[in-house]
Amino acid sequence: MSLTAPVALTGRAALGLLRLIGRVALFGGRSLAMVPDLREFLRQLVQIGWLSLPVVGLTALFTGAALALQMYSGGQRFSAAEVVPAVVAIGMARELGPVLGGLMVAARVASSIAAEIGTMRVTEQIDALVTLSADPLRHLVTPRLWAAILAVPMLVGVGDVIGIMGGWIVGTQSLGFTSAAYLSGSWSFLESWDVISGLLKGAVFGLIVALSGCWFGMNAGRGAAGVGRATKYAVVAAAVGIFAANFAMTGLFFG
Amino acid sequence: MSAVLDIRGLRKAFGPQQVLDGVDLAVAPGESLVVIGQSGTGKSVLLKCILGLETPEGGQVLWQGQPLDRKARAAFLDGFGMLFQGAALFDSLTVWQNVAFRLRKKLGDTAARRIAIEKLARVGLGPEVADLHPAALSGGMAKRAGLARAIAADPKVIFFDEPTTGLDPIRAARINALIRDIVTETGATAITITHDMTTVRHVGDRVAMLSGGRVVWQGAVPDMDAATEPHLHDFIRGIWRP
Repeated sequence: MSLTAPVALTGRAALGLLRLIGRVALFGGRSLAMVPDLREFLRQLVQIGWLSLPVVGLTALFTGAALALQMYSGGQRFSAAEVVPAVVAIGMARELGPVLGGLMVAARVASSIAAEIGTMRVTEQIDALVTLSADPLRHLVTPRLWAAILAVPMLVGVGDVIGIMGGWIVGTQSLGFTSAAYLSGSWSFLESWDVISGLLKGAVFGLIVALSGCWFGMNAGRGAAGVGRATKYAVVAAAVGIFAANFAMTGLFFG
Repeated sequence: MSAVLDIRGLRKAFGPQQVLDGVDLAVAPGESLVVIGQSGTGKSVLLKCILGLETPEGGQVLWQGQPLDRKARAAFLDGFGMLFQGAALFDSLTVWQNVAFRLRKKLGDTAARRIAIEKLARVGLGPEVADLHPAALSGGMAKRAGLARAIAADPKVIFFDEPTTGLDPIRAARINALIRDIVTETGATAITITHDMTTVRHVGDRVAMLSGGRVVWQGAVPDMDAATEPHLHDFIRGIWRP
């Protein structure tokens, strides 16, 4: 084996990754530039937004409750237990609401989009769309991308409220806060940018989730194994994409 | 008569495997051409190259004498219908919505549904099937619904990809009869891909045999039994030579 082989291998892998990023970017850009089919867009809005509400809500509720317990027990070490409501509210709005909400949507939606479109690919339904003069991108991808971009920030907003409510339940039931004091502590330190930055993150995470599902679904291999692989890659790519984008946006917004 | 579809020197490879190696084939208006060949000889790839679903490395497809490029393909597809091997009905839509897929935007739901129910009746499916989802249909019913979708917009060109695969002989005979009747009634140009000799005899005016990526024999269906071309001879009779 030549001494330059590892360098060549790294170079090939880097070029392959850049080529893939370019192809996915073109795929997403072309899809977003089209006007979505209205019926399919509304159907996806329900699928991605409304039907994800229970899982996102429950995740937010328990996260807010656990965060309140952690902050109280940790804050007691330096007499800062009274900041629990503010920490829960800021933590939920800026970070935990969008990231955990995005991850739950990734688990539920990226997998289902990849499986649905992947099955359509292997059963020739996407070829059938072409023969019926329907653009598969406009019909399948555009509505899902726009629906996710719109629905995930809404889920994040609802999740923020539910998360704060989880903290409020723990705070008032077991940490000795009065309801008025807890709510006042939550709102007085929360700034509008805390909420807006979380919603912006939600929109980007929604795009990442839907783009992963659509890309891997459209490029699914043959048979059940191909659809299974597409589903797995879609969830993994969406989750990693959410963490990477969260780091980049946190640096951009608050760095 | 000049060809409505003219395929010249079509070449397509997947990696080292040369699937189509210079296919020449012409179809006259109103003709029903059947393409036969063993599994893996590129019959479906040929259809996909015509439709632009696969990009050939060489050769060209002419439609009404003009190259079937991106712009011409959109016009070609407007007058085109296809029955897929597995019917390829959209799972998320009901049967009538599948059949009327192309019509709903032009005509609205009420008129499109009426036409869909007429087309379903043409293939022997009653109106009670219209509101079912494809998952509730048997294989034969799904094929007939797929056929109704293929003819819904009265196409000038229809492709049938393995129309009888997976059906019992009686249902296969029914599909063959429907295809023959529809092609005769509408005067559409048809290309059928199959390895079912019963379909060849019922549906085709002319037959072309694909082997080794090329058309090794073509002629009228009644002439094929007397042909001496070895691939065709063995294929018709189901002779396996190790």
